[in-house]
Amino acid sequence: MTNTASSTHFIRARRGYTRRRTANAVMLVLTGLTTALALIPLFWIIGYVVYQGGQYLTPAFFTELPTPPGTEGGGVWNAIQGTILLVILAGLFALPPGLLAAFYAAYYPNTPLGIAVRFSTDVLAGVPSIVIGLFLYALVVVVQGHFSGLAGGIALAILMLPTIIRTTEEMLKLVPPSLREASLALGAPEWKTSLQVVLPAAGNGLITGFLLGLARASGETAPLLFTALGNEWFDFRSLIRSGLESGMNPLEILVRIIEQPVDSLPLTLWKYAQQPYPERIHQAWAAALVLMAFVLAVNIFARLWILFRARRMKG
Amino acid sequence: MKAQTVPPNTMQRLRRNIGKALHHGDRIWQWLTIGAGIGVALLLLGIGWMLWRDSADARSAFGLGFLAPTADASWNPVLDKFEAWPFIYGTLITSAVALLLAIPISVGIGIFLAELCPSWLRLPLGWMLELLAAIPSVVFGLWGIFVFLPEVVEPLGTFLAGTLGLLPGIGALFAGPIPASGASRLAAALILTIMIVPTISAVTRDVFLAIPRSQREAAYALGATEWETISQVLVPYGLSGVLGAVILGLGRALGETMAVTMVIGNSIGGAVSLLRPGYTMSSIIANEFAEAVSRLHSQALIEIGFLLFIVTLLVNMAARFLVWRVARRTPQEGRA
Repeated sequence: MTNTASSTHFIRARRGYTRRRTANAVMLVLTGLTTALALIPLFWIIGYVVYQGGQYLTPAFFTELPTPPGTEGGGVWNAIQGTILLVILAGLFALPPGLLAAFYAAYYPNTPLGIAVRFSTDVLAGVPSIVIGLFLYALVVVVQGHFSGLAGGIALAILMLPTIIRTTEEMLKLVPPSLREASLALGAPEWKTSLQVVLPAAGNGLITGFLLGLARASGETAPLLFTALGNEWFDFRSLIRSGLESGMNPLEILVRIIEQPVDSLPLTLWKYAQQPYPERIHQAWAAALVLMAFVLAVNIFARLWILFRARRMKG
Repeated sequence: MKAQTVPPNTMQRLRRNIGKALHHGDRIWQWLTIGAGIGVALLLLGIGWMLWRDSADARSAFGLGFLAPTADASWNPVLDKFEAWPFIYGTLITSAVALLLAIPISVGIGIFLAELCPSWLRLPLGWMLELLAAIPSVVFGLWGIFVFLPEVVEPLGTFLAGTLGLLPGIGALFAGPIPASGASRLAAALILTIMIVPTISAVTRDVFLAIPRSQREAAYALGATEWETISQVLVPYGLSGVLGAVILGLGRALGETMAVTMVIGNSIGGAVSLLRPGYTMSSIIANEFAEAVSRLHSQALIEIGFLLFIVTLLVNMAARFLVWRVARRTPQEGRA
């Protein structure tokens, strides 16, 4: 570099390089900061809910029915039972059609129906849950003439369906085809192969997918607002007892249970959060803690499980 | 060959014939899987048809004026006069602001997770984002009412009213005062931002991870810095996928109900300001549908639900199409 022209060029190039390096460093740090920023609410929410909910979580919270508003004590036993009922109903309604549709989508992915199933599953996952609630209101509540756990259970089932179909489909595709072919070659019919060979081989993944779906459903409120509605007196024991006293058979009692309006934890949380009574707000925090702990525990468990299986499969 | 053996034989033959006709149960299995598939595919049509049918009276009573922008919309169950504009506006403005805030954050996260962060950190960070997405909406709402509104939204709103609110033009969007509780469209938009960031960033990350390694190597070989590689090569390459991710987030924002209902203040005011309480399409349904007495009232709410359904349907279809196109374009090369 002897002449001046090329040395200024060199200096300018160096300066440009420094600027580029600085821009690089700044932008890289910024992307890291956005990640940190997005995670602040996660820890804020978890921390605050644990702090508040932990103070108001009592044994009575889990075992007693609500007391009148404005009085101390009582619990949300009705909502806990209702959540269990709704989640069981949702699982029962979602699992069989979900599995069958996933079998179809996994083995015939490129037929028109296979494409339609996969596409509508994806789109269904994006339908607002409150719209599903309206649908079930028109489909079940209007027809029956009253709000019921049945309607709420079906609404949650529709919300679970995409999760179940998608995870099942993925898991079925991971099962080595040789396994299926060996079974078919031995003369086992397709359905036996699917249910007794392929399904158990994919079993663990299916269970995690199912659990994730249940976790999502158990935290939903919007579709229950005008299907399950809420019921402060919902109690399995008293329903069964009064059913037995009036000489109903077990099936009739079961029908009576699912025909009741029921409460659920998120529904209770939403109602209590809007009431002016401090006791109710305290219970809302406790409900939030129980709900969040359940949902997060299932999520973490499911992901650890998938990770563990993936590691083991890789060997 | 005794005569007595004939009945068991016919039984066996009958069973064999039934078995053959049904391919040993495979026919039934096939019908069941096809039936379930058709059922799932028809579910969307069923939802749309039900909502369309059950809003017939409202549609014929109010026509298109139901959806038209008006300054002083009426929502009057007593007089049976309903106009949906305040809710449509509330949904649009909160979703738009949430999207504006969420895009830079989520794209930053997507880039960080896919390109920059140490590999041991990638999985735990991804999990944390998924946990954020898994927290139930009502828990967001509860935290919003008692923590986020007083500690973040109210001070922020007061600040915005004193600065941006004084500007001509866009000042109308930031006209104060924000209610003392903090319940406002701004609160809803901020909560929505928190809720859609995990969705957008997860899909963005996957889109970046699907871009072939050769693209990066070519850029580095030309002397580009990491940021130049990302901004000038990878972002244009994955743009339609990122757009798909953003639209997916929009779909979630449009339909989100509980958290928004709890923080938006639920008021049918005429003001356009972000700092004033408002209403969204989903929150009016959540608040009033169970108590709607008159036929037109509940039908008007179902019509809003139908509108929400159609919009989210279109938005999700567009998003899936865009993400699917990127995924389809890249598999040949793969990322070694």
